[in-house]
Amino acid sequence: MNASVPAGTEDIPVLDYSLFREELITMLGREQFHCLNYFCHRIPEGLRFMCCIADDETGTIRILCHEKKDGGTSLRSLSDSCTAMHIFEREIHERYGLGFEGHPWLKPVRYPHDRADRRNVISTYPFYEMESEVLHEVGVGPVHAGVIEPGHFRFICNGEKVLHLEIQLGYQHRGIERLFTEAGENGLRRSLLAESIAGDTATGHGLAHAQLSESLAGFIPPPSLEIERCIALEMERIGIHIGDTAALCADVAYQLGQVACEALRTLIINTTQFWCGNRFGKGLIRPGGSDYPLTEKIADEILRVLGEVERRYVNVTDCVYTLPSVLGRFEETGTVSRQQALSAGAVGMAARSCGLVRDIRASHPFQYYRQMEIKPALQTKGDVMARGRLRVMEVRESAGIIRKLVEVWKNGEKNTGRPVYDLRFMPESLAVSVTEGWRGEICHVALTDADGRLVDYRIKDPSLHNWMALALAVRNQEISDFPLCNKSFNLSYCGNDL
Amino acid sequence: MIKEIRILADHRIQYIADLRNQVLSERFRGRPVISAEITSSQAEAAATMCPTAAIDGESGSIDLGRCTFCNACAFMFPGVFRFSADYRIAASERSGLIVKPGQTGWSGFNGLAVRPVIRRLFRRALKLRQVSAGGDNSCEMELHAAGNVNFDMGRYGIEFVASPRHADGIVITGPVSENMADALEMTYRAVPSPRLIILCGTDAISGGLFAGSPAVKRDFIEKHHIDLYVPGNPAHPLTFITGIMDMLGI
Repeated sequence: MNASVPAGTEDIPVLDYSLFREELITMLGREQFHCLNYFCHRIPEGLRFMCCIADDETGTIRILCHEKKDGGTSLRSLSDSCTAMHIFEREIHERYGLGFEGHPWLKPVRYPHDRADRRNVISTYPFYEMESEVLHEVGVGPVHAGVIEPGHFRFICNGEKVLHLEIQLGYQHRGIERLFTEAGENGLRRSLLAESIAGDTATGHGLAHAQLSESLAGFIPPPSLEIERCIALEMERIGIHIGDTAALCADVAYQLGQVACEALRTLIINTTQFWCGNRFGKGLIRPGGSDYPLTEKIADEILRVLGEVERRYVNVTDCVYTLPSVLGRFEETGTVSRQQALSAGAVGMAARSCGLVRDIRASHPFQYYRQMEIKPALQTKGDVMARGRLRVMEVRESAGIIRKLVEVWKNGEKNTGRPVYDLRFMPESLAVSVTEGWRGEICHVALTDADGRLVDYRIKDPSLHNWMALALAVRNQEISDFPLCNKSFNLSYCGNDL
Repeated sequence: MIKEIRILADHRIQYIADLRNQVLSERFRGRPVISAEITSSQAEAAATMCPTAAIDGESGSIDLGRCTFCNACAFMFPGVFRFSADYRIAASERSGLIVKPGQTGWSGFNGLAVRPVIRRLFRRALKLRQVSAGGDNSCEMELHAAGNVNFDMGRYGIEFVASPRHADGIVITGPVSENMADALEMTYRAVPSPRLIILCGTDAISGGLFAGSPAVKRDFIEKHHIDLYVPGNPAHPLTFITGIMDMLGI
């Protein structure tokens, strides 16, 4: 299917599980395919499995479906053939109690409120253990030293060297998917929820939701609205990347880089506030239109600030990435190989920093990116340095994209309408919406019933895949480098926990 | 060296000298202003539309503890509801967060409601431990920003510390997820007495969009005395810092 057109649920062929599994394994064995989302939901006769596979070469999404009506308690796992599927099968197991034969370890993902077995609670998480006289374990969290979200990190160390890191999440679970279906036709409430999936990605998730609502209603956004959305998305990317550069500098005690970047981030997010009244862009993205259409004055302010920030950011990062004391900490720290990224199913920045091109703007263009040629920035070494430098490349790339978009916007028709909160959805449909947020690909999936009511809303934040990449990055590193590695990925806890 | 000097020359002085009297951009959504002439049908319609039930259907007043500052009521009735750029909206009592029609200025902060021990002990140094309990990371990032070169709350001795053992109180963000409820309780217990509790952001104050979710458990908030309420989605760093300054009597 094409991402902007929903599929009728009746038209999706239901495959027998052995065929479903075989098809998936064949596809996912090739690099051009990766899984956007794989989930399960209840139907009257049992369980229905839906798998959305992205084909990066053709820019299409394939939907595979299997219905399990035999009442059996387990299925043959996909994870022993495609490692990246491990997290989805764990999620299905946790929610529906279904086993997967051949899965290495069906550990809990987030302890959702509707989990199959309420006796499993977050304090009884089954950690991987190594028995040894010389090894020791270090537990960190859920409450961390900094002002960040909660999660637990369990290290197994030999002296100062990390042999294994296990990341246990779920503390942030708020039941947000269910709140989407409960919000139903209330497009305003859904929009607010979308902006709160991960507040640092309000635009990325807000857009995924708006796009999904519009595709289910057959609404085609006018070019000016598409352009404004892309500008907002790139502004979000720039703001976060500069803020992360500040945080990386702070972790290696390079104060000049830290404070200079903090001040630059403020300029960017205050410009977003100038546009829509909120530093995180909350309120800017809405289905059907916008409450804050771009104006000449705002567009000029964006260009002015962008020019200033880009110039200064390049100066700062020239300094940061040539300073021996910084390079000594960044280079060859927290390396993830291309192969590891591929098998972990890494997406977005985490993939692009080790030579794996995963960028929805290029492979499955959405909104105004369809009219543009996006060449994803790429690094190959997969270390902290690569993730840092990738941010510099992406800030410059995004600034260029915004300039182009503003130019097109200035010369084009400005017919952005007001938001539409009561869009009527097509009945019996499945819609998939993908965007490229600053962390990577965001995927929202919705299903409607015979009356066009929302019956299921599924969200995937890029962090779901990328946490595994972080766990791999710190192997054989000094435990003292963990904060730096963590920061270099800057993954979302609430995006994972939902 | 030359490079560094160039960066510093561009950087200049960043800190905001007067944190109480900043002019934020016109569209910033802070203290709401509700027309005294609001009709009962307008109040009712706005209350029905409000996604977090923050508007009272009879009087038309807005509870900032529930409001997500989405501006939908102002778009619905432009002459009746308006969000001003006044960011000084922290309150010492829960009832102080209710803005009534015809109200001008902020009356939510009642100095008499502040426990005397707070001003006596923490006026010149207040160390805080942040606990995110289902927060979406926007409030957390704003709290982090409160200590940065622009807002620099450290000048008043206010800062976040790594351990609850070193803290005088906790700042909670998020609606308090069930999975974080125990950790929140443990962190609070680890803070030596006397200790204070600050709720930051609409989610923390009322549950916000997540109020009533089966994954949220708010017993902790309900059973403890709250010393400061800082509304917002997320709360602006200036709202947070000036709220603390008012609490400490700075």
